[in-house]
Amino acid sequence: MKHLLSIDDLSADAIQEVFTTAADMHDVQSREVKKLPALRGRTVVNMFFEDSTRTRSSFEIAGKWLSADVINISAKGSSASKGESLRDTVLTVCAMGVDGLVIRHPASGAAQQVSEWVEASVVNAGDGMHEHPTQALLDAYTLQRRLGSLEGRHVAIIGDLTHSRVFRSNVLCLTRLGARVTVVAPPTLMPSGIATWSAAAGFETSYDVDAVLPEADAVMMLRVQRERMAGGYFPSAREYTVGYGLTRDRLARLKPDVPICHPGPMNRGLEIAADAADAAQSVILEQVSSGLAVRMAVLYHLLAGEDA
Amino acid sequence: MSDAPVHDASHRDASHRDASDRDAPHRDASDRDASPRDAGDHPPAPRTVLDARDVSRALTRISHEILERNKGSDDLVLLGLHTRGVPLARRLGERIAAVEGTPLAVGELDVTMYRDDLRSQPTRASRKTSLPPGGIDGLVVVLVDDVLFSGRTIRAALDALADLGRPAAVRLAVLVDRGHRELPIRADHVGKNLPSARTERVSVRLTEIDGVDEVTIA
Repeated sequence: MKHLLSIDDLSADAIQEVFTTAADMHDVQSREVKKLPALRGRTVVNMFFEDSTRTRSSFEIAGKWLSADVINISAKGSSASKGESLRDTVLTVCAMGVDGLVIRHPASGAAQQVSEWVEASVVNAGDGMHEHPTQALLDAYTLQRRLGSLEGRHVAIIGDLTHSRVFRSNVLCLTRLGARVTVVAPPTLMPSGIATWSAAAGFETSYDVDAVLPEADAVMMLRVQRERMAGGYFPSAREYTVGYGLTRDRLARLKPDVPICHPGPMNRGLEIAADAADAAQSVILEQVSSGLAVRMAVLYHLLAGEDA
Repeated sequence: MSDAPVHDASHRDASHRDASDRDAPHRDASDRDASPRDAGDHPPAPRTVLDARDVSRALTRISHEILERNKGSDDLVLLGLHTRGVPLARRLGERIAAVEGTPLAVGELDVTMYRDDLRSQPTRASRKTSLPPGGIDGLVVVLVDDVLFSGRTIRAALDALADLGRPAAVRLAVLVDRGHRELPIRADHVGKNLPSARTERVSVRLTEIDGVDEVTIA
């Protein structure tokens, strides 16, 4: 594995191999010395052209715990804000001898494009509305730990699908692992052309949260991405919550112990009620620690071997 | 993605090699590194060095040696090195427990992340490390492996141990010592010293993994 650009690049076996490594990395987190020497002497650059807290810090810690040297570059305060092109910025950084490039960019396909310019291994940490593969891997890893196996389990993904790269990567990842996926959104936030994709990829779509929730073995709430909306997708925040939020009432109608995920950051009270976010069955904080383990595993698989 | 097939191909290749690595009878690190032999070269048929009863006797002797050296099984932990050190450690643990009448802590140690040849190989999948609940601080750790060859696996294991705690002492028990050390490492307990040529292959098969107990050289 040279790059991680899309979940589509990974077979079910490859995903499970990452999970096996992630499980070992998870154990490392509970050790007193949280450090493995596997990436000693390697350099990883986190290039974030969009805001991020958890993904960037998670990649940074993951790299450091594997003994790589990690450098963070964000668009603000870099030459990108002086008008340097993405290509020039990336080539400049890679000229310093970088082994791994973790990139987040508002343009869909940016990571793919960058991988064609550089020698380094590229990890897509979110490209526009396209994909966010490590998020999907950590979601599936978290759910697999809770549910044992995803084979035949019903996962409901609810929220702003149009703007969500998390949803795109998750559908690919979950269906590849044998889960049955139903995606739910208001008609205005359902991506156009989803009927064709869902038929080809084998997942279901629905506009009715209350019909889907009682059937689900796992619930994934997505953030309402106000920063990507020009407005007009739904009349008011209140109306969104009533129609599609995971409210206290809907929480009560879930099957017992159904894990609740949210990729964060949450809009509490909008797509997810505080009662649901803080419920005993919520795995939202577990997702964060899993994310670290999964990102360590991804960096290990990309950078440790001779093919890196 | 346009370059997906390339990734798939390279991945399949890596996972195939990993799988065969795990399934094949264990040879130690340097042996695995050796490039495939010339196809025209006919290696001699494998010669059995230890059969099932020999293996059993060797383990019984080692378990008594460990007890004698440690003056009992108090403060003793056996850690098996993946892959075939793990069942060996369990067997030694059972034998020691039977002699002493008290259960003995047995764990497993994966040293993949600590290897010095990570970079010259396709990426290896890691295996589980599990320690006894109390950890290893202040205890006598006996590392258990099947074959001692270059000593590099044990070097990696010592580094891994340093990150896991501070044992009172570390000892090494191996089923076969075939010589050709590349580091200043020696075993405290040896099932069989097996003089071998560098090019020979020593294979350890164990019932738990391979369905049969035997050590062969070819």
